[in-house]
Amino acid sequence: MAITEGQLFQRNRSLHPPAHSPAYKTSALRSPQIPLWSLQNTISEISGPTFKPAELGALDHDLYSNYAKSGDPIGERTIVHGHVRDENGRGVANTLVEIWQANAGGRYRHVNDRYMAPIDPNFGGCGRTMTDENGYYFFRTVKPGAYPFRNHINSWRPAHIHFSLFGTSFAQRLITQMYFEGDPLIPMDTIANTIPDKAAIERLVAKLDLNASIPLDSLAYRFDIVLRGRRSTLFENKLQGN
Amino acid sequence: MTQTLPYLSETSSQTAGPYVHIGLVPSQAGFDIFANNFTNNLLVPGVAGEVITIEGRIFDGSDTPIRDMLVEIWQANSFGRYNSPEDQHKSLKLEPDFRGWGRTGTDFETGLFTFQTVKPGRVGDQKQAPHVSFWMAARGISMGLATRMYFGDEAAANAADPVLNVIEQAQRRQTLIAERSMRDGKPVYTFNLYLQGPKETVFFDV
Repeated sequence: MAITEGQLFQRNRSLHPPAHSPAYKTSALRSPQIPLWSLQNTISEISGPTFKPAELGALDHDLYSNYAKSGDPIGERTIVHGHVRDENGRGVANTLVEIWQANAGGRYRHVNDRYMAPIDPNFGGCGRTMTDENGYYFFRTVKPGAYPFRNHINSWRPAHIHFSLFGTSFAQRLITQMYFEGDPLIPMDTIANTIPDKAAIERLVAKLDLNASIPLDSLAYRFDIVLRGRRSTLFENKLQGN
Repeated sequence: MTQTLPYLSETSSQTAGPYVHIGLVPSQAGFDIFANNFTNNLLVPGVAGEVITIEGRIFDGSDTPIRDMLVEIWQANSFGRYNSPEDQHKSLKLEPDFRGWGRTGTDFETGLFTFQTVKPGRVGDQKQAPHVSFWMAARGISMGLATRMYFGDEAAANAADPVLNVIEQAQRRQTLIAERSMRDGKPVYTFNLYLQGPKETVFFDV
């Protein structure tokens, strides 16, 4: 029986920033000018790396504790959780989710960040976890602060957390950012506005989730993520795919 | 009124930003946090195949090496088998300890990236030439860039490769071919990428 590996759904590029977004100045010299070549998926794109929970440390998902040296980090105790699904709506199980962020003052623990806000001696700013068998994940952290960046003279980033995801196919690889509900900096943010679709920007804004908050302890925000979907394996007797 | 299809929309991409190292290469950001780190060394004890180094630079539109780029590679082992449940070509030997994936950041001074790995075999149905998938993210890049590296010493296989041959301009295919050289008796493949200009690398919508 002839088998063709199930290919990923074509990416809807209108939901993603164009390579060259003129308002985001750094993109000018870093954007390919020739259109991307469309590549029909082969096993090289359909396959992807796998990771095991045993590769991660017990505190890797707990940014509140995983760099604590002399005490707890400063900032709002925050839980971020959500569901990773594919475009078919199926949970993506056992996939690696990595995050990084500034501290509560808007400063990154990075040799190249020279913002005047202080480094928090008890906060590293990165974490990682695996989704469970149904595609759910959670982290504990502190809410990051806003910070300025040198795009325009007075450009500020809204509070955000960077997310990196794999899925099951290397062609599902995704890096994005999560914003926080109610942040007045989002509508004027150069980076968020590289996305041409307003509804798509709103899907990057995590909603306060009081039901998931821990009373007298931590607030929670929910951030769901959707990775590309794919056709089922194509058999000669089941040509419709799914 | 028609019915609506039940599909969800993919989450939008956003730039990895200048501090991508914090999350994905913390040692380069300047601190040590995880006991187990993902690195640019794909080699594991006992892995079969020719040990190689892959290195190069990624140039922006002003011909300046990009010094804050995240680079990831994904490849099959020397038998042509991907270490992924999606690869069911069971006639090709799987090496469970060889993940076939690595990541690094380009050097903050020189822009150089380096990987230690083995040369991959021909994958799947064997029609494609040996190759390594590349994925890159950085400040100023709003969505990860995907391309492939092929091997300069595989001229016959490259000439028959169905992906290279779909690229209309034959000279642009050359942007994906890494040259082989020897350094201290060991093979090095040099793969330089250009985001813009007459040598612009072919990037794929995968």
